[in-house]
Amino acid sequence: MKETPNLNYVDEVAGGDMEFRQKYITILKEEFPQEMNDYLAQLQLGELKEASLIVHKIKHKLNSLGLNDGHSLAVKHEFELRNDINLLSGEFTEILRGIESYLKTL
Amino acid sequence: MKCIIIDDEAAARAIIAQFCSRYEEFDVVREFDNALDALKFLNQNSVDLIFLDIHMPGFSGIDFVQSVQNPPKIVMTTSCTEFGTSSYEYDAIVDYLVKPIHQERFDKCIEKIKRSMNLSLQKEATANARTSDNLYINIDRRLIKLNYNEILLIEAKGDYINIKTENKEYLVHTTLKKIKDKLHNDSFLQIHRSYIINFNKIIDIEDNSVLIKSNVIPISRSNRPELMKRLNLL
Repeated sequence: MKETPNLNYVDEVAGGDMEFRQKYITILKEEFPQEMNDYLAQLQLGELKEASLIVHKIKHKLNSLGLNDGHSLAVKHEFELRNDINLLSGEFTEILRGIESYLKTL
Repeated sequence: MKCIIIDDEAAARAIIAQFCSRYEEFDVVREFDNALDALKFLNQNSVDLIFLDIHMPGFSGIDFVQSVQNPPKIVMTTSCTEFGTSSYEYDAIVDYLVKPIHQERFDKCIEKIKRSMNLSLQKEATANARTSDNLYINIDRRLIKLNYNEILLIEAKGDYINIKTENKEYLVHTTLKKIKDKLHNDSFLQIHRSYIINFNKIIDIEDNSVLIKSNVIPISRSNRPELMKRLNLL
């Protein structure tokens, strides 16, 4: 079954602190689209090593949104990009689009 | 305890700051999105603890650890485990947190930090005690300060010790072994199972005894070589 983003981890960290929960969502909404755009731009430029650095940053957000399979894919994708291999960008971009849509619902 | 958080991701910094906020003793004074700004800050300010992301563009967490002078305690944070072993090569690094960080693991990290801080404080206290020239003895619930130079000798007397100074004697409820451990001073030497003497107060040594002021103190066979070694013999 395809995994979907959720805020379970964020809620665990918040421990009922709604101010933190909202602050974290705001940060995600600000940081994620920028990182996603940077990733896609570097891919277009063929700068795979630069793209790998952005995947590294995004990895943490996948985890914090409960996307464990997505995180595993990101680990592999980052490693491959660092070695000038790009086999997983399609699958990875699909995950990013999913997060983008999800964040718009928050 | 003053802390700073260094991580290029605001989301990651927010999580650590949130965990820290549950501990009254931890005060996050600043957050940095790059290690160079943190280095500049530390040139002017001191902190007790740093949460440091390893993987940052340009100047990494490891670069930071190698550059910072007199580093405080550091907790490394990262999304990958590959730097774990190498990061422990640095004395300042007390723990290593893999993201996503969970409350239980963070709590363990805090315990580790506290233990590490206590050890440092104990080491400092011991070092201070070693460099101090004074000893405090408890007589009738009064703490009396004795300078090492005043002490002539210390004699075991059952459950007590008798500390003889130039002008006075003090009977203290402790053992010779305990006082010996406290006397972090090269001037003192145990020459018999019942006596520790202040080496600088020796008047003369005759056969198997030492004269200190008007006290004749026996030298045991096992302690004699150490005493003879210390003498500046012609």
